Amino acid sequence: MYENNDPSTLAYVGKSVLRKDTGEKLTGTATYVSDMVLPGMLYAQVKKSPHARARIVKVDTSKAKALAGVRAVLTGDDLDYRIGLYIVDKNILAKGEVRHYGEAVAAVAATSLEIARKAVDLINVEYEVMQPVLNHMDALKADAVLVHPDLGSYEFIEAAFTPVPKTNIANWTKLRKGDVEAGFNEAAYVVEREYDNPSVQHVPMETHVAIVRWGARDKVTIWSSAQSPFTVRNLFCHTFALPLGNVRVVVPAVGGGFGGKAGIHLEPLVACLSKQAGGLPVKLQASREEEFSLLPCRSALTYRIKTGVAQDGKIIAQKMEMFWDAGAYADYAVNVTRASGYSASGPYEIPNAWVDAYTVYTNKPYGTAYRGFGHVEFHWGIERHMELVARTIGMDPLEFRRRNALHPGSITLTGEKITSHTGDVVACMEAVARSIGYGKLTAAEKKRELASGRKIGKGIALLQKAPAMPSNTATAAVIKMNSDGSVTVNIGLTEIGQGSTTALAQIVAERLGFDIANVHVMVDKDTESDPYDWQTVASKGLIMSGNACILACEDLLRKGYAVASHVLKACVEDLAHDGENVYVRHDTENCIPWKSIAIGYAYPDGKGIGGPLIGVGSYIAQGLSNLDKQTGQGKPALDWTFGAHGIICEVDPVTGEYVVRKVASAFDVGKVVNPALLRGQIVGGMIQGLGTATCEGYIYDDAGHLLNPSFTDNKIPTARDLPMEIETIVVENSQIDGPYGARGVAEHPMISVAPALGNAIQSAVDADLAHMPIRFEDVWRAMHDNHPIDNWITKTPAGSCRSDPAARIHTPDSAISP
Amino acid sequence: MRINVTVNGIAYERDVAENRTLLRFLREDLGLTGTKEGCGAGECGACTVFFNGKTVNSCMVLAVEANEGTIETIEGESSGGMLSTLQEAFDRHHAVQCGFCTAGMIMSARELIHHTPHPTVDQIQEGLEGNFCRCTGYEQIIEAVLDVTGGYTAKEELLHV
Repeated sequence: MYENNDPSTLAYVGKSVLRKDTGEKLTGTATYVSDMVLPGMLYAQVKKSPHARARIVKVDTSKAKALAGVRAVLTGDDLDYRIGLYIVDKNILAKGEVRHYGEAVAAVAATSLEIARKAVDLINVEYEVMQPVLNHMDALKADAVLVHPDLGSYEFIEAAFTPVPKTNIANWTKLRKGDVEAGFNEAAYVVEREYDNPSVQHVPMETHVAIVRWGARDKVTIWSSAQSPFTVRNLFCHTFALPLGNVRVVVPAVGGGFGGKAGIHLEPLVACLSKQAGGLPVKLQASREEEFSLLPCRSALTYRIKTGVAQDGKIIAQKMEMFWDAGAYADYAVNVTRASGYSASGPYEIPNAWVDAYTVYTNKPYGTAYRGFGHVEFHWGIERHMELVARTIGMDPLEFRRRNALHPGSITLTGEKITSHTGDVVACMEAVARSIGYGKLTAAEKKRELASGRKIGKGIALLQKAPAMPSNTATAAVIKMNSDGSVTVNIGLTEIGQGSTTALAQIVAERLGFDIANVHVMVDKDTESDPYDWQTVASKGLIMSGNACILACEDLLRKGYAVASHVLKACVEDLAHDGENVYVRHDTENCIPWKSIAIGYAYPDGKGIGGPLIGVGSYIAQGLSNLDKQTGQGKPALDWTFGAHGIICEVDPVTGEYVVRKVASAFDVGKVVNPALLRGQIVGGMIQGLGTATCEGYIYDDAGHLLNPSFTDNKIPTARDLPMEIETIVVENSQIDGPYGARGVAEHPMISVAPALGNAIQSAVDADLAHMPIRFEDVWRAMHDNHPIDNWITKTPAGSCRSDPAARIHTPDSAISP
Repeated sequence: MRINVTVNGIAYERDVAENRTLLRFLREDLGLTGTKEGCGAGECGACTVFFNGKTVNSCMVLAVEANEGTIETIEGESSGGMLSTLQEAFDRHHAVQCGFCTAGMIMSARELIHHTPHPTVDQIQEGLEGNFCRCTGYEQIIEAVLDVTGGYTAKEELLHV
């Protein structure tokens, strides 16, 4: 799709075109599922488990059923459907046993929310509480309680996953490249350590919500705040054994997703309630607390890395062991494990590599996709580890990275050869290093250190990610010309805030040569009227839907030219067009307006020709393959996007409190489609990454109760938490098969923010951090005993990880007296 | 209880349950769904509206408290299909992504500008601290507010290397 276009010839690609969806969003008129009310609609509520693991002895719903206004009551015994993306391991409502705090045990639908809440309170569940397995490392022990004793009998996708029956291992991904033991024997240094991070919550501002109407003859309509309408339809139909044509999924405006709305969630339960209530539509919206525990989170990770390095600082061998905490159900966590497994080294060339990546069941809320799909979590480990290795062998961390980073000709972990079109991670690194003045303090910074008593540190971390998707992932675009010569674009990709609607309009306007005001990309999605798209995930939207749009434009033009060639009595080869007309190249006044052929041309005598102009473009990932299950070798990556963050921070050497002064972020995006949209993605992702880096995380007590399912106790960054300075940098090495050379960059800004911060803190006060998030007390402890604590499962609530708010206030240089 | 309340200049008389929040009254009884619920606990600011000239989290106010009061919501921000200067600035600066926090953010920004016509970046950060946005990272929102208050200096979106 890439054409070597001179940027000066492009009208829209590369320009900060304004968003197409703001008229509605700015005036409060955009419709989200949260806002929808249907005639006769019922309201659902869920009875949730207060225990992490318990046998369900008895569920008494008699009082709830007797309450006036209650139209449906369901328990696990009423339903015999299982769901699961890759391993079909989850009941719609718990049957026999609850496996995590917050799990749905029963549900009701009633004529009002108040009645539904009251009905849920009237349901009495008798439990026999059992000892849960909470820590994923404990869950691997031989005598560990089994979260799923029947794992061996579950249906799963065999081409990609390997559950280990009679254990808590939901998936074991292996990768073997070269001879890792020989590599260690050859190495001058071997450095080994373990890194970890807890589960976190996505926090879309709109919580999960679905309305379902199970109509007559099993015709089901689902309105959902979902990222992937076609995946909702596919999994729904699989669960209920319905033909795809029976089920329609509609997705209007979505209030954020970040991966948490990628799969299927509330829809099956709400559908069962609607069916029970005689087909009335039922709405269920998660409360913020339910968003933390009824709905999934991001998995915790423990990552062990052992690296063998030659005297010259070149990595010879690396053994990587990942232990992913799936929680109670496999959901996306098994695929996070797989995708992280084949990318586990970060953007470095490792000649001899060994990866074992395990997904481990525990009795906690379950993990799913979250922006970065594992890469935020394991880059914490790998980029802290690269820092550790460099320091251990006495080499500057930047130089160490330079020597080992992927470059054209390098072979990745899975055997893929990097080319000059893959992107340039070193260019990203050098750019952020320059931006933060890496490796030394300026005179002003030294003065500031002296005056404030705080230490200034600078750190860098690199990153990489490719879309984690099936090798045959596909999408399509349909472009319909309206009778005024404008076009309407239908794609299955959802608009969850990322701006695809606008970026794709730019690509269509560019390729058609039309005024962008005449290009309308539909925001609302409907599986009955939009062409198929796999999912809105993985940073694959721009590249794949962009290519489909270009192909659809070409199809539309071809069809338009065919009609125009008759009308103008000219060969197709002699035709050209602009935004208004199709004309003959050598006789430009011999032309026909697009609007005259848009829905068919009528000759002066009334005879018609043509018909509505509709362009269709289908695009499928090309050249990818499944990975060998024993060696992990193959080609999983549609495109690699590389990047780097550089951070300047200021740390109190006594208390460990710190302030982030500057973040510089650079990505090789191939080609910038919209600078303002891209900056929004970079800064938004970077701040989300700072949340993960500094304060976010689930805290449990030792019985598995989640202690902080609220914004009071689980802080996310506010406007007050911005670094004093933010710089966004782009490198543009064109993606050969990307639209106008572009590649995806939606998830990447969030990756590696945490290790860049950790590395900066280490350079300031020599605190050697292995645990993320980096709370002030972690820095203090690391400075004092170099032994990070793990209090994410605790007998007493650790509370918020932020301390003195005054420490976060940005004090300008001028306010510090020398 | 019967209440009289003026919302965006229109007088309403309605019966409401004593435990009905102002948020649900606006969204469900009046159909003004531009105001959003993000947490229901007064933490996220998505439900911010003006109540007698001051911003409140409408999930923390009872509808009956608004009796004889004046409410302004996002639906009253634009007029006759024309966006306000603040809305135009949000558009110009790409200060909107998913849009779910936008209504509350506009309300808080308007109150800030009312009290502090020429705010510094720190003052804007403080003024918007109670409004969570998970998409934008706030920077373009802050620039939009600076733009309408005269403190914005244009700069390149990205540094190309």
